[in-house]
Amino acid sequence: MSTHAARDLSRHPAALTPRYRSSILRSPTQALIRLPDGPADRHGPTFGHGSIGALDHDLIQNYTHGGAPVGERVIVHGRVLDEAARPVPNTLVEVWQANASGRYRHKKDTYMGSMDPNFGGCGRTLTDEDGYYRFDTIKPGAYPWPNGGNNWRPAHIHFSIFGAAFCQRLITQLYFEGDPLIPLCDILQTVPHPSDIDMLVAKLDMETTVPFDSVAYRFDIVLRGARSTPFENRKEGN
Amino acid sequence: MADLKETPSQTAGPYVHIGLATEAAGFSAFAPYGANIAGPDAAGEQIRVEGVILDGEGAPMTDALLEIWQADAQGRYSDTQDDTGNNTGFTGFGRAVPDFETGQFAFDTIKPGATDGAPCLHLWLVARGINLGLHTRMYFDDEPDANATDPVLNALDPARRPTLIATRNGNAYRFDIRVQGDNETVFFDV
Repeated sequence: MSTHAARDLSRHPAALTPRYRSSILRSPTQALIRLPDGPADRHGPTFGHGSIGALDHDLIQNYTHGGAPVGERVIVHGRVLDEAARPVPNTLVEVWQANASGRYRHKKDTYMGSMDPNFGGCGRTLTDEDGYYRFDTIKPGAYPWPNGGNNWRPAHIHFSIFGAAFCQRLITQLYFEGDPLIPLCDILQTVPHPSDIDMLVAKLDMETTVPFDSVAYRFDIVLRGARSTPFENRKEGN
Repeated sequence: MADLKETPSQTAGPYVHIGLATEAAGFSAFAPYGANIAGPDAAGEQIRVEGVILDGEGAPMTDALLEIWQADAQGRYSDTQDDTGNNTGFTGFGRAVPDFETGQFAFDTIKPGATDGAPCLHLWLVARGINLGLHTRMYFDDEPDANATDPVLNALDPARRPTLIATRNGNAYRFDIRVQGDNETVFFDV
């Protein structure tokens, strides 16, 4: 008996997507072996509020070295839901991104874009009881990348989400509504269905936009599956 | 019936460490998760796991990230309410980052107890070029009796079973992951 429906793999990028060249040598040739979910899949790591700092979700402030980072101030926010549209509370959401110049704070990134001494580019938070999360950050810049042509990544923020069970583990990317690089991106366009690509595009949200401060974008995330029974033996608040 | 569709996956890219293992990226923002799977006081046999992740040409994948999820020595997961026995310092979750030059990874933990089959570690691999994180399992070559009756191992093509079995060498287990090609590691849709 399975508490999670099988993942609909047809809606994720295939392992081998030649237009994204890095997948050519990094895609298994054998099909994934389907398993009914066992204890490891129904359980998942938990992360307590006590280990999250007050500014961990605020990328404008969490790496400041005496000043504010350069770039457009934005809020990205939304809810984490399951496929039955139920909120996923108290789950860890981690993000990472380039700075406004399209440069990552990573020892392997050598792009000519400027480093920003006040911007680290990582954040994390736990969803609340309604599955809601929010990050305050700087809109990342586009940047070029090697994929055989004149390739540019649209502005994007990487998202990592745990969910309530390890089989819900997901990493994806948020893009920004209206970005003209979206249709040209060989990574985003690995998503098979155009309507699903739209799920990765955060929408301008004037209701949450703070006048004279930050533009908001809404980005809801749906994790696979739905638990058939409440999970009664989780540690409370953990 | 599901009302919503799952958000599609996207590759973690080459800079995943910024978000998930910040110090490996070269800076520090806040204490990362996943640095400690089982502390020195956790019950169970302390073990080390070492390996390399290889692409279809046999080249080490030097920009990957591996997550580890496992039961404690009594076969329990850390999110369950069960105060029997000692699992002090045990989280059951960790992250390993291959060396950016050599691709070698290593992590320390305790050998898990059996749950619904032979003892094993659950591993999840992300990297540039991997569009959907890859789930696999690591079993132990010094558990031949348990492995022989494990339902997951037994359901596999016998020729592929060895790709999931780590080799003990002294105090460490060797477990290489081959993402593509000869002796390709078995990956699961869980």
